[in-house]
Amino acid sequence: MGSSLNKPELIKDGKRLDGRAFDELRPLKIEAGVLKNADGSAYLEWGNNKVLAAVYGPREAMPKHMTDPTKGIVKCRYSMAPFSGIDDHGRSGPNRRSTEISKVAKEAFENVILLNDYPSGMIEIFMEILQSDGGTRAAGITAASVALANAGIHMKDMMYAVSAGRIDEHIVLDVNMIEDNYSDADMPMVIAPRNNDVLLLQMDGGLDKGQFDQAVKMVLEAGKKIHEVQKRALEDYYNMREGK
Amino acid sequence: MEIIETVKGGYVRNMLKEGKRIGGRGMMDFREIKVKAGVIEHAEGSAQADVGDTRVLAGVKLMPEDPMPDTPDQGNIITNAELLQLAYEEYEPGPPNPESVEFARVVDRGIRAASCIDLASLVLEDKKVWSVFIDLYVLNYGGNLLDAGYLAAMAALMNAKVPKYENGVADHRQRDKSLKISNIVTSTTFGKIDGSILLDMDINEERIADTRLTVVMDGNVLRAMQKGLKGSLTIQEIGKMIDTSMEKHAQLKSILENAVKEAK
Repeated sequence: MGSSLNKPELIKDGKRLDGRAFDELRPLKIEAGVLKNADGSAYLEWGNNKVLAAVYGPREAMPKHMTDPTKGIVKCRYSMAPFSGIDDHGRSGPNRRSTEISKVAKEAFENVILLNDYPSGMIEIFMEILQSDGGTRAAGITAASVALANAGIHMKDMMYAVSAGRIDEHIVLDVNMIEDNYSDADMPMVIAPRNNDVLLLQMDGGLDKGQFDQAVKMVLEAGKKIHEVQKRALEDYYNMREGK
Repeated sequence: MEIIETVKGGYVRNMLKEGKRIGGRGMMDFREIKVKAGVIEHAEGSAQADVGDTRVLAGVKLMPEDPMPDTPDQGNIITNAELLQLAYEEYEPGPPNPESVEFARVVDRGIRAASCIDLASLVLEDKKVWSVFIDLYVLNYGGNLLDAGYLAAMAALMNAKVPKYENGVADHRQRDKSLKISNIVTSTTFGKIDGSILLDMDINEERIADTRLTVVMDGNVLRAMQKGLKGSLTIQEIGKMIDTSMEKHAQLKSILENAVKEAK
């Protein structure tokens, strides 16, 4: 939440600054299988966000002491490039924010990956935010889900992520950077669409119960579209490989 | 050790199947909560919160510093957590791990989102503001650090006095007025084990938990949430947790207010 001073007019004539309706996603594009060395990968553009996700594995767990002979382990890195923001040069390497996001993302991935299929194994997930414009954790996780499927990792579902927020009295979907800086609430969610299981939930700002319910409804509705884009990315990749 | 944990975990699971918890606690009951404010006289504010066997000490210090470039009209909040080695046999030395970073950041998030500290009141002069350092020291781990952390941090802030500031220097020996607190948040952390939902998990419950969700409230407004662990939650389960969190807020708030009153 930014300072309320200098708050720009985020909503004008029922539209948002970028012309979107309250429940409208930014344009989303995903391409699967973009990196040669990785076992699976995806490149995503979501509004002005540009994200590269890659998966290595399953391979032998490293370091050795982390090995679990009964099931595979997941490692997860979310990181923002120092040049990704429109303002200052960021610091490279993990910071407290990225450490927390890596942790909650890892926990969500552990839910959908069939870890029992990979004893003593390790699956590494990398989410590199190359350009950021708000909602980068959602963009990273949505891309990494496609990269996991592209790597052929056994999963019970392909999850998606998106955030809802509040601007004044309006609940809005897929909050961008300028909205996030001045919004009254932000709530990123990760959903496994088969049963609408909630795998990641964070929130800050202020929401009453009715607003929370409305935000969840918006996320689940948008999720259908996001999931379609994810599936199409994989279909396109395999069709292309088979020369269709 | 692992065998003992497995046995204890099995015991917890069996009891939950019958809708029971160790110690006869109800599913939506907290363990005994004790909050004591003003325990460290050298700190500007302090409090120790016990939730069952979990003990968290929070210390608040104020330092005159530069404001953040994007908020020149506000003071700063810096929250840190230490999972001290003396608190639990499995805590290890070294740089902050993801658990301690998450702990500190989630406590910071609710306090910030609910505007608990009146940040505008922390401006000292042009380009000088108070930085409020909240340090969370885990002294004993017994499950549910987050709720104990919120209680300790909130009580320490409510207990804090502002040092005298003159000619660019803070005099920590002369603290005349109280830190201006404009809102009180409380947190409730729920767990899910084999489909059972329970509030305030103890160490044996937390070790086998599938999921946890922390819900931070002030009155009727949600201020922060954080899901942890790899399990899933349904939308309905989350809705019920929010309702319970609203019910618990008044009780937790009065514990805080009493603790601060007693310290005066």
